[in-house]
Amino acid sequence: MTVPAVWYLLLSAALFSIGTIGALWRRNAITIFLSIELMLNSVNLSLVAYARILAERSPELALDGQAIVFFVLAVAAAEAAVGLALFIAVYRNRRTIDVNRLDLMRW
Amino acid sequence: MELAIFALFSVLALASAVVVISHRNPVYSVMSLVVTLISLAVLFVLLGAPFLAALQVLVYTGAILVLFLFVIMLLNVEREEPAGGHRVHKLIAALAAVVFAAILGSQFFAAQGSAHTAELTPDAVALVPLARKLFTTYLLPFEIVGLLLLAAVVAATALARRSAPRDREEKA
Amino acid sequence: MSPLELLWLVALLPFLGAAANAALGPRVARHWTTAVGVGAPGLSLLIALGCLVEYAGRMAPEPFQRSFYTWTAGGLEIEAALLLDPLSAVMLFVVTFVGFWIHVYSVGYMGHEEGYQRYFVYLNLFMGAMLLLVLGANFLVTFVGWEGVGLCSYLLIGFYYEQRFPPYAGRKAFIVNRIGDFAFLVGLFALVAKFGSLDYQTVFSAVAADPEGVQGSYLLGLSFAGFVCLCLFVGAMGKSAQIPLYVWLPDAMAGPTPVSALIHAATMVTAGVYMVARSNALYQLAPGIGGFVAVIGALTAIFAATIGLAQTDIKKVLAYSTVSQLGYMFLAAGVGAYGAAIFHLGTHAFFKALLFLGSGSVIHAMGGEQDLTKMGGLKSKLPVTYRTMLVGTLAISGVPLLSGFFSKDQILAAAFEGSPILWVVGIVTAGLTACYMFRLLFLCFHGEFRGTEEQRSHLHESPPVMTWPLVVLAVGAVLAGYVGIPKLGHFDVNVFAKFLKPVFADVTGHGEAHHLSLGLELALMGLSVVVAGLGIWAAWKIYGPGKELEGGKAWAARFPALHRVLVHKYFVDEAYDRLLVAPAAALARGFWRIADGILIEGAVHAGPAVSRLAGELIRMTTTGNVRNYALYFLVGVLVLLAWLIGG
Repeated sequence: MTVPAVWYLLLSAALFSIGTIGALWRRNAITIFLSIELMLNSVNLSLVAYARILAERSPELALDGQAIVFFVLAVAAAEAAVGLALFIAVYRNRRTIDVNRLDLMRW
Repeated sequence: MELAIFALFSVLALASAVVVISHRNPVYSVMSLVVTLISLAVLFVLLGAPFLAALQVLVYTGAILVLFLFVIMLLNVEREEPAGGHRVHKLIAALAAVVFAAILGSQFFAAQGSAHTAELTPDAVALVPLARKLFTTYLLPFEIVGLLLLAAVVAATALARRSAPRDREEKA
Repeated sequence: MSPLELLWLVALLPFLGAAANAALGPRVARHWTTAVGVGAPGLSLLIALGCLVEYAGRMAPEPFQRSFYTWTAGGLEIEAALLLDPLSAVMLFVVTFVGFWIHVYSVGYMGHEEGYQRYFVYLNLFMGAMLLLVLGANFLVTFVGWEGVGLCSYLLIGFYYEQRFPPYAGRKAFIVNRIGDFAFLVGLFALVAKFGSLDYQTVFSAVAADPEGVQGSYLLGLSFAGFVCLCLFVGAMGKSAQIPLYVWLPDAMAGPTPVSALIHAATMVTAGVYMVARSNALYQLAPGIGGFVAVIGALTAIFAATIGLAQTDIKKVLAYSTVSQLGYMFLAAGVGAYGAAIFHLGTHAFFKALLFLGSGSVIHAMGGEQDLTKMGGLKSKLPVTYRTMLVGTLAISGVPLLSGFFSKDQILAAAFEGSPILWVVGIVTAGLTACYMFRLLFLCFHGEFRGTEEQRSHLHESPPVMTWPLVVLAVGAVLAGYVGIPKLGHFDVNVFAKFLKPVFADVTGHGEAHHLSLGLELALMGLSVVVAGLGIWAAWKIYGPGKELEGGKAWAARFPALHRVLVHKYFVDEAYDRLLVAPAAALARGFWRIADGILIEGAVHAGPAVSRLAGELIRMTTTGNVRNYALYFLVGVLVLLAWLIGG
């Protein structure tokens, strides 16, 4: 018994939404970052699902989704490295990574 | 069988995702995210992408999240105090996120409501076509990503270390 | 190059002088200011004399007109043009000649004043505007000059702007003149609407060609000619200080005395008379308005003369005298004796300028004192001033063989032809004039000195730069009359009238009015001499030597009510204040409080308030909190998504 493809997509939407709420609600920069990773992965899920859906209709495009996920993984790795380095730099200067206190953009 | 696996791991992914965003302690959040990512890796397998599932476990859980843990330990981030005020902000944020999900879901449903995933065959999960694709069609992006990773390493090193000249002065 | 071709320089030079002095500024040495300020009108006078000689030398002088620029506005074409015809020639001579000598006099009079340079800038500007007024070849150029002299009058009345009263007097003059100018403009609009031109020669030849065309019913129950003439005359009322718009002129004495002489006696205030004379073709066709002009003139003449009897300020006496004499001129113009009006204008310019300058010399000697009751016995201290003022007084009183006699007599004769009642008013005014002028002379120069010891020790004759203009003008006041000796029977040597005749050509088609018989004319002349003598005799009896102030006080005690009314100038200023100024001020205050204070300021403040509120609202979004920005981002994505799907 196969799973309807749209379920994967709905799951992806739900995970994305959860990630969004996390990113907007939390104050700890690291948790926010984790939420963003969650959002990235939900997108990955939808990409793989689409790759599977398209495999039946147009085989040439079947693997494009997977290729893009591959790149997303690589970019996520780079992003995590730079982002975490930023947190360290910020923490060193401000002794906090609570985004509510990182409000220099106001002035 | 497939449905059962999907049900089990999708519920697991959702539950652990909720824990990720709700737990006060970032360490727990990271560990929950590990669960989510592994669940997703299982779903990748179900969708005929075993290579990506492997990468997911190796790169994400094995490398990125460990990096997170390192940083958390390094910064010794205290438990987040309960968020005060800004109830309006949270309300709007939740509303917007839910609306967003609803729009996405309805669109997915409208577009792919009848689509079924094809039966998984050995051909469908073969690694060679993907590898060929990556090194032909996507060769240029592949190289660029390599460069990006290098740049990220350099940037991370530059950002995370103490500013060099002052260090030298302190030592001197 | 013939002088006539340089006519434009006559009008331009004073403007250049004003500009040069304005550019040089007050820090330059005074003799430079003097050189420019007196040199410009001096050169102007020389060129003007050259023009006049050449023009008068032509046997049958056609009007000389030069256009410098044509201004086109829709279908209306107006030339910036100058015109020299007999009428403007007379005016040109009076303005440049009297104006130049007053400039010379000013060098002495204003020599110790602050703002010497500013004074000459204004005075030169005035000369330029006045010349533009009299030389303008159409109503518009004249109007430009008309407004220009009004502006200079305002500036010079308020010359002592640190004091309280002069700026007020300047404003008063300006505002009262505006009333007249408004009517003047309406008249010009009517002319443009009718003829499509404002050029004097075009308009007047059109009128002469078709006299019936301007006599049809037009507006307010008047014919076209009547309407335009009424408008022009109202304009003249303001400028030439006739009832009811005369109130500004006595207050205008707040300016320096040479200014009073030049602007408020000799030249600017006669612009109204010039205007009426210039438009004689229209006035001839509006006999009703002519009668109105004559009546207003006669009323003003006697009204101002009676006020002059009771004033104690030397300049106020002369100011009311000026109003009265201007009334005379309008009386003449009203009954159709335009030549007599212009003649009197010319002679009056000489003797009244002389009298004002003489009074300036007295004031100068008295250290600024203007009160006649504090003077007396100045005859020996100021011999030149006394003699020249005596000449002026005799001339204005109509003593035979002086200029005033000839011109006044022509006016009285013309008035008699028009209506014996006007003549009666005129001759009574002549008597009053002789009386108040000799009163002035006696109070000022005869008897004992009544001022303070300090003033007595300070008394001195004015320097030559001031006395020479007095002498020149005194000679003019004697001789000016001889160009217009009245026609007596067949004995006709009236050069002046002949010269002006082309300008005042008859357009009614009724032919020349019949002239008085020789006997009647001689009788009238004799009567006016007798009346003048009576006036002088009365002044002698009341204010003459030995009486001084006592005689006046006795008369005041005999008619206290009359004296009070005269001293307070019939309470006209008070009435205007109550009836016009106070309501206007109340209305203005109402507009200020309600229209400006509440409506306009409210509207003005509403704009900033709205943008301020908007700013406050938008500011609230810029929290500096990253999470808020992330939320905006999400909402933006939602909006875009909705647009993508919905669109």
